[in-house]
Amino acid sequence: MNILISILHILLALILSPLLFGVINRTKARFAGRKGQPLLQSYYDLIKLLRKGSVYSTTTTWVFRLGPVAGLGAALLCIMIIPSGGISGLFSFSGDFILMIYLMGVARFLTVTAAMDTGSAFEGMGASRELQFSVIAEIVLLLGMSVLAIGTGETGISRIYADVWGSDVSLLGPVIFIVAFAFMIVLLTENSRIPVDDPNTHLELTMIHEVMVLDHGGIDLAFIEYGASLKLWIFCELMTGIAIPLRTGQPFYDIPINVIGIFIVAVLVGIIESSMARLKLLNVPQLLITALSLTVAALFWLLRGIL
Amino acid sequence: MTIWTDIIILGLVLTNFRLLATSRLGAVIQTTIFQAIALSALILALAGKPLPVRLILLSLITLTVKGVILPWLLKRAMREIDVRRDIMPIVGYSASVLIGIVLLGLSFLIFMPLNEAIKSESVFLLPAALFTILTGLMMIISRKKALTQIVGYLVMENGVYCFGAALAVYEPMLVEMGVLLDVFVAVFVMGITIYQISREFDHIDTDRLSELKD
Amino acid sequence: MIISVFLIPFILGILVFITPWKGARRGLLFAGALLHMAMTAILGVFRMGTYQAGDWVGLDSQGLLFLAITTVLFFIVVLYTIGYLFRDSDIHVMDSVEGFLFRNEPETAFISCLLFFLSTMSLVCISRHMGLLWVAVEATTLVSAPLIKFHRHHRSLEATWKYLLICSVGIAIALLGNYFLAFAGHDLAHMNIDTLIDNAGHLNRTWLKAAFCMLLVGYGTKMGLAPMHTWLPDAHSEAPSMVSALLSGALLNCAFLGILRVHSILTAAEMAAFSGELLVFFGMLSMAFAAVFMIRQNDYKRMLAYSSIEHMGIMALGAGVGGLAGTGAMLHAVNHSISKGMLFLISGQLLFIYGSKNIDDVRHILKTTPLAGLLWVSGFLAITGTPPFGMFLSEMTILKGIIDSGRWALAAGYLLILSVIFIAMARIIISMSFGIPENEKTAESFASGKKEPAWFRAPVLIMVSIILCLGFYIPGPLWAFLENAAVMMGGK
Repeated sequence: MNILISILHILLALILSPLLFGVINRTKARFAGRKGQPLLQSYYDLIKLLRKGSVYSTTTTWVFRLGPVAGLGAALLCIMIIPSGGISGLFSFSGDFILMIYLMGVARFLTVTAAMDTGSAFEGMGASRELQFSVIAEIVLLLGMSVLAIGTGETGISRIYADVWGSDVSLLGPVIFIVAFAFMIVLLTENSRIPVDDPNTHLELTMIHEVMVLDHGGIDLAFIEYGASLKLWIFCELMTGIAIPLRTGQPFYDIPINVIGIFIVAVLVGIIESSMARLKLLNVPQLLITALSLTVAALFWLLRGIL
Repeated sequence: MTIWTDIIILGLVLTNFRLLATSRLGAVIQTTIFQAIALSALILALAGKPLPVRLILLSLITLTVKGVILPWLLKRAMREIDVRRDIMPIVGYSASVLIGIVLLGLSFLIFMPLNEAIKSESVFLLPAALFTILTGLMMIISRKKALTQIVGYLVMENGVYCFGAALAVYEPMLVEMGVLLDVFVAVFVMGITIYQISREFDHIDTDRLSELKD
Repeated sequence: MIISVFLIPFILGILVFITPWKGARRGLLFAGALLHMAMTAILGVFRMGTYQAGDWVGLDSQGLLFLAITTVLFFIVVLYTIGYLFRDSDIHVMDSVEGFLFRNEPETAFISCLLFFLSTMSLVCISRHMGLLWVAVEATTLVSAPLIKFHRHHRSLEATWKYLLICSVGIAIALLGNYFLAFAGHDLAHMNIDTLIDNAGHLNRTWLKAAFCMLLVGYGTKMGLAPMHTWLPDAHSEAPSMVSALLSGALLNCAFLGILRVHSILTAAEMAAFSGELLVFFGMLSMAFAAVFMIRQNDYKRMLAYSSIEHMGIMALGAGVGGLAGTGAMLHAVNHSISKGMLFLISGQLLFIYGSKNIDDVRHILKTTPLAGLLWVSGFLAITGTPPFGMFLSEMTILKGIIDSGRWALAAGYLLILSVIFIAMARIIISMSFGIPENEKTAESFASGKKEPAWFRAPVLIMVSIILCLGFYIPGPLWAFLENAAVMMGGK
């Protein structure tokens, strides 16, 4: 029964994730006073891209073609691991969040090598910027998950998320908000949102993530876009799990509540994007190190009872 | 009561990180106001159920001195001297925050064996107090504008006060002395010397005050 | 009765603020110094200082010793100050280093701050409560800052800023130490020194150790122990010379008294080894710093400042070793205050006559200004511990104490550093006292014919006779008194 529900959740993720981009764009448009793109615009873009062919530069090799595939594959695997609404993911085992983080790391590595495979210095610039931020973001994510793991005493992400608001709130209590804040910053970084990176920029020198995917087209670009939307779903899921404490215990209610929570997080991202300007490039590591210090403070906070 | 004490102390730790990370003097002064609020609430949270009048008075005085008078004086000095941001400190801001993490860990490590002698409600009180002192020292050492160094000194004072807060239930007089120190610092160091330095030198970059040396 | 040593100068200081006549103010200063000295003498002779546990003020041997040093030094310095104020008060003065003209701060503030300085230092000596002691030390910092800033120019402002910031940090750390002390006596929550000593066995040892460390660093900053000494050379070289004399001779001692109080508590708690070791460490470190920085020194006032750091190190060393060395440290306090006071007063006069703080510009003073020159050389001999001056006896006593306790390496280091300092100072003093005038500056002062005024001659002659006397003969009662002062910290 549980497996069926997990599969249902995975199907929902696969189907609904491009809608997240639509929601974010609509929110931004509403803030700007415009009507905005249709909500299903991402789907139209994906279908359009799947029907196109690709042009490959002669300097590229198989590595270039591997990047998008790896990104999509990693995202799909992660979708199968994360829990939702207190229900465990399809594959859940002890220490699976480490696997998740490393999967994302592998995807990032292959994307970067694909970008550098083009032999253009421009992609190299984007790669270095992207990696500079991801280094710190990865640590923050790992430490945040460790805080939750120590706080709940569990080691599998599904069990952690089932237990977060359950057992010992006084132990974990004040710290959950810190971890949520840090996860939000990581979400904004990993998905290339303002204040870290402007996804709508068309000025090449201001691009960070967009640079790396500049050379892909057609099906590759479709894979990249879809992988990005799945990644956004995963991070929104992580946020929802800790920020929204509603657990009715019945999966029939929990899954829709969870999905609604994910979309609320997406709206929140849209609000953040509309109300802030992008940070100076040199100040972004500062933001990330702030997130790092917050999670470390939370970690020390938890360890007091154990040491 | 313990959960509130914990939350207040956690807030104190977070304000220290904010101090280490920012270069804007206005933000620094605002953070000291938050610290003042946290400290005056801490005194009340640590006291027992029948709140003694002396402690309420102490809490109010702390809030007034640290949260109203001193920030007002600092903001006035900021306006008179016309300085908004600190210049690049000796240790960069990201590095300062990382060092802050190390200092926080150090504070926890130091106080682990010392805990049994203090019958305080929260295990965090002493490490957070030491961390605040170390943050203040860090600001004095690494920042270059005299105004930021004075704020660093006030933060150090807040840390010492936090230690005293554990004592306040038994011996409030010592803590009152600490607040007295704050008042003196305000009057002398800020009221007089900062203005004179700014008038004499036309800047308050203390790393340029380096004429006397061997 | 005892509180009068605090109240008399304090009230007179307030009176100075409201007195409009110049002569009356200076008279009040003189009166304050005289009355204070008389009061101290009465208290000392009749030992009206019997106190009980729980009292706020009281006078024990240590306190009386430091109070006596303070009051004698203050009186002698006041004789000098009145003449100085007559000369330098409202005129434009030419700066010796950069050559611009500056004025001084108003005399009213200066005189009243001097009196407040005396009163707060007395409060340090008479307080029996650690909290009151702390308040008094903090008050001395605040009250002495305007004294350092007497000359209105940027260098003295810089020196005052460093003094205020560094000493305030030290005071905050000392407050933390006081809190730790209160933690140590968790059920007592008494900060009275006698109560703490009586109950020393019940105090929590870890917190007591932490308290001592904090109080040592905090009060050590005010005392001038390395590495917290960085404010000292600047403050002493920029302040007017009588203020430097008071700072070196009285204020550093009072900060030392604070450290000694907590050392006695630890001694009563059978932890004298711990605190003694720390004192020895900081003492040796201060001496080493002073030796290194004195070697290439070009400014004779900074040289004297480093010499103060060295002597504070020696005193800390003596107190840390304990036993006979403790008594030696107490004698050393007396000798150092008088000798250093004399040297600073002479340096002030040299600065005025020769117009320069640099060693190269001041030459052949034995010929040009014979009294100042002679006393300069004798002061040098005194401060470096040459017989027949008193310092020799105190340094020998400390050395004997160190050897008695079997620490040969320490004794060797002590002697080595003393020799290095002797050589460094000798280079400076000899080149200043003898030697042919080299440049126009000194030739000018030959021609200007400025001589030392009478208000300078009297004080320094008094001082040199005191230290000569102490070198030849220490009366029995005085020695017993010093031993009594040292017994609190495990001396004998």
